[in-house]
Amino acid sequence: MDIIEPLVKIVFIFLITLTTVAYLVLVERRVSAFIQNRIGPNRVGPAGLLQPVADIVKLFLKEDIVPKAANKFVHSLAPLISLVVAMTTFAVIPFGNSIHLFGRDIKLMIADVNVGILYILALSSLGVYGITLSGWSSNNKYSLLGGLRSSAQMISYELSMGLSIIGVLMIAGTLRLDKIVESQAQGMWYFWRTPISFITFVIASFAETNRLPFDLPEAEPELVGGYHTEYSGMKFGLFFLAEYANMITASAIIVTLYLGGWQLPFVGHIGLPDLAVSLLQIAAFGVKVGLVLLFFIVIRWTIPRFRYDQLMNIGWKVMLPLALANILITGVALLW
Amino acid sequence: MTLLASLELFDIIFYFFAFVTIVSAAVVVFSRNIVHSAFSLMFTFFGVAALYVMLNADFIAVTQVLVYVGGILVLLLFGVMLTTKVISVEMKTGTLQTLPASILVAVLAGTLCGIFWITDWLTPVARNAELPATTSSGIGRALMTTYLLPFEVASVVLLVAMLGAAMIARRERKR
Amino acid sequence: MLTDFGRILIFLLIGAVFTGGGLVASWLLRPRRPYPDKLSTYECGEEPIGEPWVKFNIRFYVVALIFIVFDVEVVFLFPWALVFKEMGMFAFVEMAVFLGILIVGYAYVWVKGDLDWDKPSPKVSRYVKGVGVVSDESVDVTEQVAV
Repeated sequence: MDIIEPLVKIVFIFLITLTTVAYLVLVERRVSAFIQNRIGPNRVGPAGLLQPVADIVKLFLKEDIVPKAANKFVHSLAPLISLVVAMTTFAVIPFGNSIHLFGRDIKLMIADVNVGILYILALSSLGVYGITLSGWSSNNKYSLLGGLRSSAQMISYELSMGLSIIGVLMIAGTLRLDKIVESQAQGMWYFWRTPISFITFVIASFAETNRLPFDLPEAEPELVGGYHTEYSGMKFGLFFLAEYANMITASAIIVTLYLGGWQLPFVGHIGLPDLAVSLLQIAAFGVKVGLVLLFFIVIRWTIPRFRYDQLMNIGWKVMLPLALANILITGVALLW
Repeated sequence: MTLLASLELFDIIFYFFAFVTIVSAAVVVFSRNIVHSAFSLMFTFFGVAALYVMLNADFIAVTQVLVYVGGILVLLLFGVMLTTKVISVEMKTGTLQTLPASILVAVLAGTLCGIFWITDWLTPVARNAELPATTSSGIGRALMTTYLLPFEVASVVLLVAMLGAAMIARRERKR
Repeated sequence: MLTDFGRILIFLLIGAVFTGGGLVASWLLRPRRPYPDKLSTYECGEEPIGEPWVKFNIRFYVVALIFIVFDVEVVFLFPWALVFKEMGMFAFVEMAVFLGILIVGYAYVWVKGDLDWDKPSPKVSRYVKGVGVVSDESVDVTEQVAV
């Protein structure tokens, strides 16, 4: 078994994701500042570009306070689970077509599993653990309530997520993510072939990543910090990283399933060398993910938070029937 | 050393996951701390999922994680979290009804041994044989043809489960 | 297929080592100056009152139960969606029956109100001229259930 190639890809993915996470925080702060007519962080480095470095160094050097009443082991394990789960989703996402380098074809995804989509769903269902366990182990009212709320929220929206994917699967007929991307060639992206599925999936992604308007688990005015009230230092940093890593994976999944993945219409027909085409496709994937991320950020700073009963109502009484109806509509459309 | 050398990487990984599964299952049963039990159940489920992968049953493996770890264990954790406290998590797990339990266990063990006996195991020779690239669409086809009736009955079972859950919970709330 | 899952395992291990390494590095670098006040449970600067285990809403549990039922249904839908195109009308009808039976249950729990979450009913205090601020009802703390 060739071990070098996957290792290189894994390390590459790790570096890219972590850099993106660090800079996503900066982008979020700058965008929010722009929206609120402020300047935002601009002191560390030129135009604040070194702010993420400063943040990370600060998180490393902060004292770690674990309350006496907490369950120490679970308390440390929870942020670890959160981040690892958030990162591992990336293992099945194709970030480009195969590229011809060093005399061989390299497939630009780490693990080409046959059950790619189900793998993503299974992993996103594990995201509940980090939050629930941190809420429970902190032995704090806010944390427990936040953890509990968030797990109920995440499982509710996970259903709509799973059901909306079915629409794509019925058209694509495969669970493999690379095949799904290939079936979206020539601009036949799924977001306009199954629009209902696209909408429910994006909304469910917002809920799964606990982003506003669904950030009930850490609703500041009522729950202080929610599940990470009792976290400080690097452990808090891991939760922070996990939130943004989750955002990146969610965006990458949206792009892969609905926005054509690395597909760039017409690029194959203008006679560029293969290497250039491959690089352009990777760039296309990156740009698409970036745009979806920007959408995530803009939504956060423009829309107010739901109340918890509204949130559950939307999940169970709007999203679920919509996703079910979508299956029916897709079926009828495919048959006739 | 000779034993280790004769093992392939595949076997080593298999024994590792088998070990994880069995040990964590033992912890689930014997631990006096209910939170530790719930925790190690997670490792048991993961170990079983890994074993499914090694049997080339990718769909079942991922489903195992999706339903058991992502669903049923969350439910168990809800139960644990809502009833026990972080400190003073000691819960007594005693032994009751030894006779019916041992009869049930004997029947179950007998069935499992029977299945163990009649199953065609994936021997190293068979491992290299042609296997379907993916099991998912095969399962779909089987569900729609051979196992159509069990498939529809499953939905009735799920319906009953949902109604039952709603009923029990509603009674709790009224009280 | 096995090598692909093996890669995921490697990915998982590298991720765990990396995050664990981050924690260890910070453990080596950071200061440690604990004192009792710092280690007490946070409750907005007050002494924590009572246990964190207030009475929780049973609905959390109901939601989880209904979720599992639907989760299993989703799992059935996946292999079905894969063969839908080749099987056509037949598969469509079969799944319609399957979903139809479940939708009966879904409609039942909806109508019976198991999906309704308790709405907050804030006790609004109002200003009465000459009297000052009055609240309509006194809030019974013991009966409050966390949502």
